[in-house]
Amino acid sequence: MTAESERQLAGLMAAAQGGDAASYQRLLKGCLPLVAAVARRQGVPPDQVDDVVQEVLIAIHRARATYDPTRPFLPWLRAIAERRAIDALRRRGRQAGREIFDPLTYENHPDGEETAEAGLDREARVAALRAEIASLPPGQRQAAERLGLSGQTLEEAAAETGRSKTALKVNLHRAVKALRARMGVTPTDGEADDV
Amino acid sequence: MSKPLPHDRLIADLSRNLKPVRRVRPTRLVLLWLVVVALFADFFAIRADLHVMMAHLMLQPYMWLAAISSALTALLAVIAAFMTGMPGRSPRWALLPLPALAWWIFEGGMGFAHIWRLPAFQDASMLGAEYSFGFILLVSLPLSALLALLLRRTYPLRPTLTATLAGLAAAAAAATLLNFFHAYDGSLADLVAHAGSVVIVIAGNRLCARWLIR
Repeated sequence: MTAESERQLAGLMAAAQGGDAASYQRLLKGCLPLVAAVARRQGVPPDQVDDVVQEVLIAIHRARATYDPTRPFLPWLRAIAERRAIDALRRRGRQAGREIFDPLTYENHPDGEETAEAGLDREARVAALRAEIASLPPGQRQAAERLGLSGQTLEEAAAETGRSKTALKVNLHRAVKALRARMGVTPTDGEADDV
Repeated sequence: MSKPLPHDRLIADLSRNLKPVRRVRPTRLVLLWLVVVALFADFFAIRADLHVMMAHLMLQPYMWLAAISSALTALLAVIAAFMTGMPGRSPRWALLPLPALAWWIFEGGMGFAHIWRLPAFQDASMLGAEYSFGFILLVSLPLSALLALLLRRTYPLRPTLTATLAGLAAAAAAATLLNFFHAYDGSLADLVAHAGSVVIVIAGNRLCARWLIR
């Protein structure tokens, strides 16, 4: 960078200190290549250079009142860029120290997303349950569909079907009991009368 | 890692509603802090017996030399603290108070060596040492707080270094102000009290270093 362009940047910074937004934009854009070069020279990996550049831009913004227009601009900018690059490298070093390389654990860790096999199994169970519900007596079917499948509240189901809340509860209880019996599900302790 | 914002967008965000800033002048901040220290000195001078103070200080050269060296340490440390808080200034500013600090430590050692030779040095009371310890800690507290507040106007790139220098400045200033009531007597207890309180003040300032970062 030539002495002329440094003087230009210093002038832009002085104008920015006075609140000139256009000069400030030009200044920050002018600083980008220099900051990136400093980050690379400090050993910041290429995939993190952009992050460091942005941290430096924010630092320039916060520190802009500390620039003295009678002094050269580049040492001021370079000091901030070098320090932020070193901070980024230290952060990366600390992060690498905390992370463990264990491919077996990585392979065995469930990824939370459903596998194709589990998806097919779930669909088959849902279809069987729907078929069993369809074969229930009308009152029980209605209660199971509205309270179990559609997730309606007792009040909503009672309002839409015209049945009382007690009748719906009794029908749901009977439907669950019948479905358990047909599908061979043994109720766990305390679950038998949980409707 | 999250994808960074495009630089242009960040620049536009930073430039939006840009307000004029008041340039940080470290010399003014140093002077402001020194004025507050002078006000403390004025306040203590009203309450202290200045004749007794002068009589104590003049008993031995190390006593007034210790007072001068601690004052000089405070002055140079506060200058160094503000200069290290300005980006682009050499970090070598941190070395500025070291000669004065070495002189202060030397005078402390001279006092201790002098007292050691006296026949009744074992009889030195702990009272003065406890007073020194408490005074330096108590007076350092507001001086450190003010210094931290003023340093937040700067942008320390090495906050721990800046905070260490600020702690040294506050502790040295408090040790100097202590002379209004209790001149450094050179006893082992007083030496430990001085050194211990200065170390505690510096350590406290270092712990708060993160607060200096804006």
